[in-house]
Amino acid sequence: MAQVERPLSPHLQVYKPQLTSVLSILHRITGVGLGVGTLLLAWWLVSAAYGPDHFEVSQAFIASWFGRLLLFGFTYSLFYHLCNGIRHLFWDAGWGFELKAAYSSGWLVVIASIGLTVASWIAGYASGGAL
Amino acid sequence: MSHRTPAGRVHGLGSAQHGVDHWWGQRLTALALVPLVIWFCISLVGLVGADHATFTKWLSTPGRAVTMLLLILATFYHMKLGLQVVIEDYVHSRGWNITLLVLNSFACVLLGTASAFAVIKVALGG
Ligand code: HEM
Repeated sequence: MAQVERPLSPHLQVYKPQLTSVLSILHRITGVGLGVGTLLLAWWLVSAAYGPDHFEVSQAFIASWFGRLLLFGFTYSLFYHLCNGIRHLFWDAGWGFELKAAYSSGWLVVIASIGLTVASWIAGYASGGAL
Repeated sequence: MSHRTPAGRVHGLGSAQHGVDHWWGQRLTALALVPLVIWFCISLVGLVGADHATFTKWLSTPGRAVTMLLLILATFYHMKLGLQVVIEDYVHSRGWNITLLVLNSFACVLLGTASAFAVIKVALGG
């Protein structure tokens, strides 16, 4: 590897956090968090393949307080990453780069992700009840 | 005036053209995941607290089984590409960098294959 002095990112700690920068790092954090969540997804599916006894164990874990906490984090991460991911795809298509647009779409993502998370949990409790 | 040869100048700096594939892969899987994830969340809400028999019955229609397989394929491929970038950004020691990149690939393929097999087995009757 050639040793060249490349420009480095500025020191984040001297910058005031802004909506745009916070949402940006949240996309990465939720992406990694969802990766942890897929472990749970894989376990859940594999346990179903092993039969009712195993499925009961994973279902009981998910229904425990710790399981619910994980699931809540997973659903919020998923909705945040989904909404902000769509924002990314619009940028990739060349739309929404103006500062004002970046802020409005950012606030939209914040509101939509919280709204969708709350709505899905209300729907979950209303429909199944058991969780 | 530089005395370095042109080959010396580009060595280790140039693009191998793999970036475009990675970029496209991340975007295509993201696009595919939008409807898949929405479908999955709505389905999960209906399955809350379901027992094994209910879950098996739910998954055994071809449409749902295939959609689940697509979701698994897109998710684990997207995750492999995404985590790769995170590792490349933060892990600078060459040994750790390569170790983690290999582990990431293996883990994503392993989890994806196990999940896909589980779906097929359950869908075909446990
Ligand atoms: C369980 C499912 C998912 C997992 C595990 C996951 C994981 C990740 C990870 C680890 C990254 C890399 C983050 C970074 O480089 O900072 C990423 C990036 C990305 N994800 Fe996801 N993701 C998932 C679902 C989705 C969905 C549903 C969308 C919908 C649009 C999406 C859109 C994106 C986009 C556009 C990027 C690229 C962002 C960039 O250029 O920095 N992802 N994802």
